[in-house]
Amino acid sequence: MIPLALLGAMTSLQTIVLGLIALVAIIAALGVVLHRNPVVQGLFLVLNLLAIAGLYALLGAYFFAVIQVLVYAGAVMVLIIFVIMLLNLQPAARGGSGLTPVFFAFVLGLALVSLLVRAGRSFAPPEAALAEGFGSVAQMGSSLFMGYFYPFEVISLALVAAMAGAILFAKRDLEG
Amino acid sequence: MDFDFMPLIVAVVKVSVVVGALFGGVSIMTWVERRGSAIMQLRRGPNRVGPFGLFQPIADGLKFFFKEDILPPFVHKPTFIMAPAIALVCAMLAFAVIPFGGSLNFEFFDEAIPLVIADVDGGVLLLMAAAGMGVYGIMLAGWSSNNKFSQLGGLRAASQVISYELALGLGVISVLVLAGSMRLVEIVQMQEQFLHWNIFRAPLGFLVLMVAGFAETNRLPFDLPEAESELVGGYHTEYSSMKFSMFFMAEYIAMITSSALLVTLYLGGYSIPPRVVELFGLQGNLLAFAQMGVFVAKLACFLWFFVWIRWSLPRFRFDQLMQIGWKSLIPLGFLQVIASALFVILKPEWF
Repeated sequence: MIPLALLGAMTSLQTIVLGLIALVAIIAALGVVLHRNPVVQGLFLVLNLLAIAGLYALLGAYFFAVIQVLVYAGAVMVLIIFVIMLLNLQPAARGGSGLTPVFFAFVLGLALVSLLVRAGRSFAPPEAALAEGFGSVAQMGSSLFMGYFYPFEVISLALVAAMAGAILFAKRDLEG
Repeated sequence: MDFDFMPLIVAVVKVSVVVGALFGGVSIMTWVERRGSAIMQLRRGPNRVGPFGLFQPIADGLKFFFKEDILPPFVHKPTFIMAPAIALVCAMLAFAVIPFGGSLNFEFFDEAIPLVIADVDGGVLLLMAAAGMGVYGIMLAGWSSNNKFSQLGGLRAASQVISYELALGLGVISVLVLAGSMRLVEIVQMQEQFLHWNIFRAPLGFLVLMVAGFAETNRLPFDLPEAESELVGGYHTEYSSMKFSMFFMAEYIAMITSSALLVTLYLGGYSIPPRVVELFGLQGNLLAFAQMGVFVAKLACFLWFFVWIRWSLPRFRFDQLMQIGWKSLIPLGFLQVIASALFVILKPEWF
């Protein structure tokens, strides 16, 4: 109780929560890359996605946060871990894969960091406060089905096409 | 120093009461299940501890505490220990958005206290997200046990939950389309009149959601992840003592939550028709308690239904399970969603 009272304003509480979530996200992301057991790596990815959902919620995008948990952490990752378990992959030996992947990882990481630095420099805090109902389900729905109707429908068509393609590939292997 | 502690205290009290009620419900349900199965099979069931064997759950709980907690040497320890906790936490989390009454008013308190832990905008979605995360507990239990039967149980659980989550979603969406809101409190308030219950407007959706609820909670006839005759104990074969007990409690809490979701979405939730309220002259806090009573009564009927089904139907084969999920429930669910949308557009006079 005393620390809470000392903190006083809500903004500082938010900062602390943000710090905690960011810490979890970073540790989980490192775990995905550095851990050697594929199933545990998958679990770290789930933790990372959950932490990102927490960031969305802190930004006021509650719908995004819940969908992030429902779709990515809840459904997509279940499938990925399911496949990892089915293949029963053994923990990888350390340092067996040579220098080429390390080189590419280094280049890609450098590109990402430079991009983030540029984004951080050009960032300016928004001047107006968030509108009433921002990030609510109703607002999301109306902008999806009114403002961005055609892009939304095109994306769903593309997803259906991708799914049909995947089934086609799987079937061809079975019959051939 | 202007931090207001009262909402925090109210939230803590509400959470404690609900968690207490959930665990109480679990222990009563274990007794109901055993006595109920005994009635159906012309046996006596547990009738020695206390009146009608009512204290049997306490004896069972004590037994679990005093059993040796075995950690087999061949398991993947961190995930083996984490798995039951994930299952239980996710099961309890899902109940947070279920409204179980109107609101209470006290003189020493300025605002009305709504009888729901979290009345959030995307309430139903939150419930589905929490319930979906629960499958990690079962999957990890199966994998970390390092045992082929457990592994098979975990894989079965994963594929089953993925398949039936779609049907579950369609069953939920058919109500959301009708209600035009994702707030469970609003959905309940719309069903105040008996004839406005969503089960009359979306009967197929009710059926789909109910069957999917059975599958999501791994209850018979969908209990393939722990099918004793095929997989020893399935995903919890290697678990003992309180770790096993946590899976057990997670299953029953999931059952309670899934019944609560059905009652809230399709059977009017805690609402009491206005005419009945007038008849008994219910007001204020008395009304809130009456609503809680109605909610618990509806819940109890459904929980009994779960037990009744379990001891009446045989288990499905795995291919049958997949066929029911993909070829029957999902088309029916889509049909209901389209019907609900038509209903909203046409707005027939008689409703």
